[in-house]
Amino acid sequence: MSILIYAEQAEGKFKKTAFELASYAKKIAGETGTTVTAVTINANDVSALGQYGVDKVLNVKNDKLATFNAKAYADAIKQAAQKEGAKIVVLSSTTDSLYLAPLVAVGLEAGYASNVVAAPISLSPFQVKRNAFSNKAFNITEINTDVKVIAIGKNSFGLVESNGAATVEEFNPTLNDADFSVKVESSEKVTGKVTIADADVVVSGGRGLKGPENWHLIEDLAAAFGAATACSKPVSDLGWRPHSEHVGQTGKPVASNLYVAVGISGAIQHIAGINSSKVKVVINADADAPFFKVADYGIVGDAFEILPKLTEKIKAFKAQNS
Amino acid sequence: MKILVCISHVPDTTAKINFTNGDAEFDTNGVQFVINPNDEFGLTRAIIFKEQQGASVTVVNVGGTDAEATLRKALAIGADEAIRVNANPTDGFFVAKQLAEVVKNGGYDLVIAGKESLDYNGGMVPGMLAAMLNFDFVNSCLKLEVNGTEAKAVREIDGGKETLSAKLPLVVGGQKGLVEEKDLRIPNMRGIMMARQKALTVLEPTGADSKTKAVKFEKPAPKSAVKMISPDNLDELVNLLHNEAKVI
Repeated sequence: MSILIYAEQAEGKFKKTAFELASYAKKIAGETGTTVTAVTINANDVSALGQYGVDKVLNVKNDKLATFNAKAYADAIKQAAQKEGAKIVVLSSTTDSLYLAPLVAVGLEAGYASNVVAAPISLSPFQVKRNAFSNKAFNITEINTDVKVIAIGKNSFGLVESNGAATVEEFNPTLNDADFSVKVESSEKVTGKVTIADADVVVSGGRGLKGPENWHLIEDLAAAFGAATACSKPVSDLGWRPHSEHVGQTGKPVASNLYVAVGISGAIQHIAGINSSKVKVVINADADAPFFKVADYGIVGDAFEILPKLTEKIKAFKAQNS
Repeated sequence: MKILVCISHVPDTTAKINFTNGDAEFDTNGVQFVINPNDEFGLTRAIIFKEQQGASVTVVNVGGTDAEATLRKALAIGADEAIRVNANPTDGFFVAKQLAEVVKNGGYDLVIAGKESLDYNGGMVPGMLAAMLNFDFVNSCLKLEVNGTEAKAVREIDGGKETLSAKLPLVVGGQKGLVEEKDLRIPNMRGIMMARQKALTVLEPTGADSKTKAVKFEKPAPKSAVKMISPDNLDELVNLLHNEAKVI
């Protein structure tokens, strides 16, 4: 039962999720006496993958794959899985990987489970625990096919270093012109800022901030933490912040280690979007805000007074512990 | 342009989630079902295409008779006809197989499905459907324009967005942004009356095995009570985040 992971990069570096997938796959490989292969696309330095349990890297070098293309990338992953005889293919829950995974699953005639939150419950039958009902419940899913595709949620397994070294092999999948029918015309990407998808800490603001002119308070605290900024649905509906920062059931899901909610009352749809975050801090002037019921730590008070002070405390802590 | 909008029949976003039959099934008692929000954006986008450039809009669901109220709502919003594939939607692969059959037989140019449904959150049907049909596919679609057989789409990427060109036939996994929330259509009395006259066709499923099985459900363990911290003692919060929660 060999295992293949798709190790995704951003700006030439592996995403943290790539190492999490490697750690996850290594655990299964350890239990089944097999090895972990990673497939990467146009990576320059793949050595870091070995440190998290990857035994072999199939490095695809192809200029046609310089920009993400779901069909072509899925084809490459499928062929890598076939070459390795992989029985389990593991992807992450980034936007790109979730775009790819169903295509890979159909290509391999594999059963597919997404939003997987832990190591498999059982390898035979193959059962995984996954989020369902917008993080309000878990579903134990059994995959009944010979080849299985799973996408694991961010921070659901963690990183486990194993200090190995991976062998590297160039891999040239056969790509069809038809794979490139969907073309990227342009892209707009925030640079130099932590994004919600990559962030370990997210600082999120709601209507309690009273207006976009006060958002610097959220941004300052986020900068102190090295966090991404986010917002509640009303804030994005009011146009104070872009929709890409809207967290919730119809917005972005957040699975950070720490989620700080400021001036957000905690509608059920918002809670559903952040339920997978490990630790929640809620700051709200209203002691009866429903968000306190799901928080780990709560502060009742005026955000305009608390945020500048907390920002300074976090800065001082970071300075002492860096 | 012939548009097919895939409609999931899901619990209302505020519904309490409980399970029955030894936690093997979702407990539908007292639960209001609605059009999956991501599908609702796609449906309105399709109706705007129909109004602005001419198109027929068919809605489809794979499910039991209970889903017909949801399909009727889609008809009242402005879809021209509805199809229900009479089957228990056991997994995403099975649903995509049924939908692929509908698309093949109906000759649709554009298929819009929500990027994920709010019940199983699998996010697999649009992609699987595109792969089965070998159509172009855009996921997490925020904006969509069609001119003849050319489509221009904007999709969400981590930390931004990307503009893509694609060709019809096309499958789109849509989400909020396809239309503004204020532009979502609400059934009015005339629409509800007209919906009664529109065709709702029931098709029997095509043979396909599920590849996954929902074995059981669990609810998250109850969490411990919130620890309240005085706003005058923020050092305590920093200390707890570092030493207790170990997240900074």
